[in-house]
Amino acid sequence: MKSINRISLAAFAAIAAGAAVANDSASPALDAEKVARGKYLVTIGACHDCHTPWIDGPNGPELDMSRMLSGHPADRAIASPPAMIETPWVVQVNDTNTAWAGPSGVSFTANLTPDRETGLGNWTFRSAKDTIRSGRHLGRGREILPPMPYIMYRQMTDEDLEAVFTFLQSIPPIENLVPDPLPPMVAQAQ
Amino acid sequence: MRALGFATRSFIILLAAGTVLASRPAWPAVDAAPARLSETGLYVPGTKRIDPSLVSFRPQYPLWSDGATKRRWLFIPPGTSIDAAGPGGWDFPVGTRLWKEFSYGLPVETRLIERLADGTWRYVAYVWRPDLGDALLAPADGIADLAVPTTPGGRYTIPSEDDCRACHEGPAVPVLGLSALQLSADRDPLVRHLDEIDPNELDLVALHEAGLIRNLPAALLDTPPRIDSASATERAALGYLHANCGHCHNADGALALLEMTLHVDSSVAEVRRTLTGVKSDFRMHGFDRRIVPGLPHASVLALRMRSREPLEQMPPLGTRFKDDEGIALVERWIREDLILAQGEANDEIDQSN
Ligand code: HEC
Repeated sequence: MKSINRISLAAFAAIAAGAAVANDSASPALDAEKVARGKYLVTIGACHDCHTPWIDGPNGPELDMSRMLSGHPADRAIASPPAMIETPWVVQVNDTNTAWAGPSGVSFTANLTPDRETGLGNWTFRSAKDTIRSGRHLGRGREILPPMPYIMYRQMTDEDLEAVFTFLQSIPPIENLVPDPLPPMVAQAQ
Repeated sequence: MRALGFATRSFIILLAAGTVLASRPAWPAVDAAPARLSETGLYVPGTKRIDPSLVSFRPQYPLWSDGATKRRWLFIPPGTSIDAAGPGGWDFPVGTRLWKEFSYGLPVETRLIERLADGTWRYVAYVWRPDLGDALLAPADGIADLAVPTTPGGRYTIPSEDDCRACHEGPAVPVLGLSALQLSADRDPLVRHLDEIDPNELDLVALHEAGLIRNLPAALLDTPPRIDSASATERAALGYLHANCGHCHNADGALALLEMTLHVDSSVAEVRRTLTGVKSDFRMHGFDRRIVPGLPHASVLALRMRSREPLEQMPPLGTRFKDDEGIALVERWIREDLILAQGEANDEIDQSN
């Protein structure tokens, strides 16, 4: 399965690219140490893998850092899911690595940049903590869909979660309205 | 992924790490909750009689629980009382316990929340044994799909501790059904109650007279509080939204950032302002307004109440079946009252032009 190979490829690439994930735009008001720790955690936690779109570069697929952590690109509309694949295969991923089709429908990775309208710009630390700890949107809404690995991330300490959130709030805001997920019924009907 | 099934759950684990790690975060460790409901202080020991020192109460606007009938009790440790002084909501003393029993003909589940010595709250659920001899502590992960023949559909969900927190920790104080409005003697005549009336239940004044609450503003005792609204429909609709949605959708809790308030501590004008014509973050069937006055079918608020698709439904948890009566009430308010209110607002604009 090409799509599955691509996931592990992406995971390694993201870790390798860690050092290149530079961001100099942190406002001096933010705790620089916390931002640095958050950037480190976001890098080794592989958030870029899924939340930064991939493009084809000269050496194969690479992270499009001009759209860092801005989630599934709104200009890559996906109206319907792909045809179902044969068991035991369960997941299909698009070429930006941001749209995932599986048994729970099609999910699109979220915009984690601090854009107020389309990203996490109006989130407080509590919003982020409640979301990751509970696996529900803002800690109380719908359940978060696969493949967002919140079951792993919920085990972060409060301190680490706060560092991750502080870093995410320090990166450049990117306006990108990620589509709502396609529910499994729609996925099956097409 | 309780709602979406086993395949999905394995999908997450597969993608997350390939290894199954411990899946629960560390909530503060405290003395374990009793293993049986009979050990929690609800009953006179050795009997099925409710301990007479407990207070029975019934919120005038109940939460929809898929048609369950409910009974509720409060325990306030002797010598202590609820402090109503603070602006952030009633302050319950350490040792406070509240039980809620859910029945479909027979009791299915009894939930208990308790304020612990460190000031935090503990949430547990007890599942009734089929012989009704006692109810047993449910696992902290809840039970996603319990077979209970008397419930609609024959299935029932025991909430996880996270589920409890999702609703109860939306506002600053996690006690949701016990408030001045909910216990007001000025009961809304449009609310139909499924629950039996307990002759011993206490209202706000009785709670005060029993010495269980202090610093209650005298005005609330002189005039039982009621929702200030333009019509009987609006009063009932706002009461419904307050009880079913307001614990999350309010002006100062965890979801304040949504700037959407269905909590009647805010004025009716404020509730309307945050709803009508306002863009919804969630788009549904091509509609993207929280409420379009006059048009329930184009109002995301009503559409989400009607849905029981896991990604869309409101409330997002605690219910598998929609509440047709509640929906009819809220839709009537959108169709008849809000269109009128908008007409008046337009008239004012016309006159000022
Ligand atoms: C394997 C892919 C994957 C990885 C790795 C991943 N995410 Fe996600 N994430 C997703 C998907 C898909 C969604 C959207 C899920 C949905 O719509 O329910 C998402 C959603 C989110 C959300 C939005 C939740 C909401 O309710 O709005 C946040 C916040 C988030 N991820 C943070 C992170 C962080 C921080 C990391 C790294 C520590 C990370 N993610 C790593 C796939 C991933």
